[in-house]
Amino acid sequence: MSISIKSDRLLFDNADWDFSTIQRINDAVEEIAIKELGLNVYPNQIEVISTEQMLDAYSSIGMPLFYKHWSFGKQFARNEALYRAGMQGLAYEIVINSNPVISYIMEENTATMQTLVIAHAAFGHNHFFKNNYVFKQWTDADGILDYLEFARDYVMKCEDQYGASEVERLLDAAHALMSHGIHKYPRRRTTDLRTEEKRERERREHDERVFNDLWRTVPGNDSLRHDPSALERRRALLELPQENILYFLEKTAPRLQAWQRELLRIVRIIAQYFYPQTQTKVMNEGCATYTHYQIMNRLHEKGQISDGSLMEFLRSHTNVVFQPEFDDPRYSGFNPYALGFAMMKDIERICNEPTEEDREWFGAIAGCRDHMNVLRDVWANYRDESFILQYLSPRLTRHFGLFHVTDDAEDPHLKVEAIHDERGYRAIKRALARHYDPAYFTPDIQVVDVNLAGDRKLIVQHRATNRILLEEKDARMVLQHIADLWGYDVVMTEVDPATEAVLKDHKAQARPGIVPLETA
Amino acid sequence: MHIVDRRLNPSGKNLANRQRFMRRAKSQIRKAVHESTAKGSIKDADDGGEVVLPAQGVHEPQFRRSSNGGLRDHLLPGNKEYVAGDTIPRPRGGEGGGGSEGSPDGEGEDDFRFALSRDEFVDLFLEDLELPDLAKRKVASAEAVTWHRAGYSVTGSPANLALNRTVRNSLSRRIALKRPKPEELEALREEIAALGNDPDDDRRRVELEAELARKERRSGLIPYIDPLDVRYKRFDPIPRPVAQAVMFCLMDVSGSMTEHMKDLAKRFYILLYIFLKRRYKNVDVVFIRHTHEAAEVDEDTFFNSPETGGTVVSTALEEMAKVIGERYDPDLWNIYAAQASDGDNTASDNDRTAGLLTHDILPLCQYYAYLEVGRDAEHFPPGFIRRDSDLWQTYTGLIKNGAPMAMRKVGHRRDIYPVFRELFAKKTGAEVDA
Repeated sequence: MSISIKSDRLLFDNADWDFSTIQRINDAVEEIAIKELGLNVYPNQIEVISTEQMLDAYSSIGMPLFYKHWSFGKQFARNEALYRAGMQGLAYEIVINSNPVISYIMEENTATMQTLVIAHAAFGHNHFFKNNYVFKQWTDADGILDYLEFARDYVMKCEDQYGASEVERLLDAAHALMSHGIHKYPRRRTTDLRTEEKRERERREHDERVFNDLWRTVPGNDSLRHDPSALERRRALLELPQENILYFLEKTAPRLQAWQRELLRIVRIIAQYFYPQTQTKVMNEGCATYTHYQIMNRLHEKGQISDGSLMEFLRSHTNVVFQPEFDDPRYSGFNPYALGFAMMKDIERICNEPTEEDREWFGAIAGCRDHMNVLRDVWANYRDESFILQYLSPRLTRHFGLFHVTDDAEDPHLKVEAIHDERGYRAIKRALARHYDPAYFTPDIQVVDVNLAGDRKLIVQHRATNRILLEEKDARMVLQHIADLWGYDVVMTEVDPATEAVLKDHKAQARPGIVPLETA
Repeated sequence: MHIVDRRLNPSGKNLANRQRFMRRAKSQIRKAVHESTAKGSIKDADDGGEVVLPAQGVHEPQFRRSSNGGLRDHLLPGNKEYVAGDTIPRPRGGEGGGGSEGSPDGEGEDDFRFALSRDEFVDLFLEDLELPDLAKRKVASAEAVTWHRAGYSVTGSPANLALNRTVRNSLSRRIALKRPKPEELEALREEIAALGNDPDDDRRRVELEAELARKERRSGLIPYIDPLDVRYKRFDPIPRPVAQAVMFCLMDVSGSMTEHMKDLAKRFYILLYIFLKRRYKNVDVVFIRHTHEAAEVDEDTFFNSPETGGTVVSTALEEMAKVIGERYDPDLWNIYAAQASDGDNTASDNDRTAGLLTHDILPLCQYYAYLEVGRDAEHFPPGFIRRDSDLWQTYTGLIKNGAPMAMRKVGHRRDIYPVFRELFAKKTGAEVDA
């Protein structure tokens, strides 16, 4: 019994760890996360993995199991080469939005890093996954792993039955359209019989209530009311315009076989699963970073990690939230960790020590002294776009020295529209928020019409926001994929949404391969 | 919370994807492999390593916004001097304020760089190639003997004495025959020495001395180690295919060989080296250069150091025969030779060369390839019919008589690989093309 009281309280006293250390760390972190920060998390599963397995996970978008495709092999080869050359470090962790939440931690991490990773992933991200409305709305954490397993087996079965190259060709085409295989808005759910019946009853009651025989005597154009134009009917039937191109092809492409439709569906569903991640990058990382920062500091205050560990943690934390300025050679856009963390800390400050400016801008939360409550509410009810629009404070705008530059190709100069001053705060906030709106950062491409009566030509339209056209070579290749799936000609027009003027035309003819073509 | 240790899971989960990727990009990877062997030393070429593919080939297209044109806005951190309404000259090449938007706009994708394992590398390199006459020779003579331990025998040379086994036998025999241990004898002697002069002691002494005498006699009769105990390690001869090869690189370095020709020859040697390495565990390379006299040199000297003099091919063959005689017993080594030359030879030497080849070299060789390197074909005006060189004529004669050799002409580096493939393509005999 020669151990001092101090070291008794420490979770670990050097860089080494074993499974009992991990368990102790987890318990200590959980204590703070649940009791002090009030987080609400899925059960955790922590998996220790090696470098190769981390590279593996990288190549399959972080998922533990995935169907086979050459592009994942390409990813793996690329990451491996970069990693071996020392040009790229590996992430400390990967976390999967499933129930239980699976966090991968690397075997090479020190005990301090494992603590950081557990706080960050197993509690920070976990809380976000479970509570944020976008994730609730779009992802099924309980079912994803089962679905991936189904997908893997299904793809394998198809490869056996129809040949690996057939499957590969289809998946190539589907992957090219993955970014346009997403429903951006929740669709109407198909109603079941009971609601159907209830609605029918309601409709009848309504008709009875408002029945007036006089209406019959009013002269009117019956055909206009009951027989919309052929175009309208067709569009309604095909659910056009449709921005989910994969969905449209899966449901409507005339010549695809059932298994091909199923594969399109698999790619589409997986794309949809990742959709929340793309629109909550800043918040998700901000939430996780804020959580680990609070927890690590609390652990240190409680004497559970040593000064040395705290220094080690701060070092890597500082690297993570580093934001180079625009004229720094290291600058490559906004660091979501930096922005997210700074905004979370800023909210904490506004709640606890507001300035006059904060009271004016954030009257509802300024000085409320319960920042965890505010943050939990933010984490649950916002996505990046709305979060920035709501909570980017003037103080933070000044802190980052944010300014807004517009670049019109028709103008020889760039123009500074707004800077971090009284006149610019709102403009900058709006402009930055728009950058995080998926409707803004993915090109707006929709299937608008099909020539059903004639040559079955598919008509796709790109509404070129700000007259920014598609990258031509890629666009042509993707369009070719659409044509191959559709089985007939496809045209795409790029129009300026402001004037409806056609800026550019693309055409693609179906090639044989995925579907058999009609011989002319 | 659960902790799962995944490190124990089988590795190589991504192998199937990698194979799919390799298959997909096969033609490009093959090309990249050939390009990468153009640089570097002969032996380096065998280590596999990084290849670079053009990004376009394994490109995955997406609908992306183009990186130029239209109206764009940027939100940037770190403003120092600008105020609203300022104009900034458009930076060139995306440097600075504009253009460096975070999203991967434009043609940002670099060439694709990744590492091949040695096996993947060589597989791609040598698809569909086969070593000529390997099977036949194997049956005939490509066998050597190795000795393997095979238990113990009662006869053998002292060097092979199996000490442990011998002592063990000896020990069990001594125990079985109850040979007195030295300690027992010692104890008896001490007891006798300790006795006094009592009558009791005297009586006791007599008993003990009798006992001691009996034991000493027994100890003398039963030897510590008997010839019966001795065992020797036994070795059995096991026939084993020869798994080593030596590759002779012969090159004319006289003044008429240009750098271009040497480069062609080097490429050919690299290919041959990789090819042999694939089949043999152990490949030696011997470099012999010659002018009017020949010498064995190291690789660097071979390719890089200039030399002047006439051209007498037979000197190189003599040197080769000498090296084989000294170091490479044809029973133990598969011998391959590749000769590169511009075809010149002193006229009086041709017969001697043919004779050496037929009688001394070819019977020892698995394969003999002659590569005639020329200038770029473009240097010859159309319709110009080139006279066959001295060596070419000489060797054509040999091949007609069924010698196991092959020859080709190469004028440009792009021809090297096709020629190499031609020489080693499966099921191709050593016939000459006109």
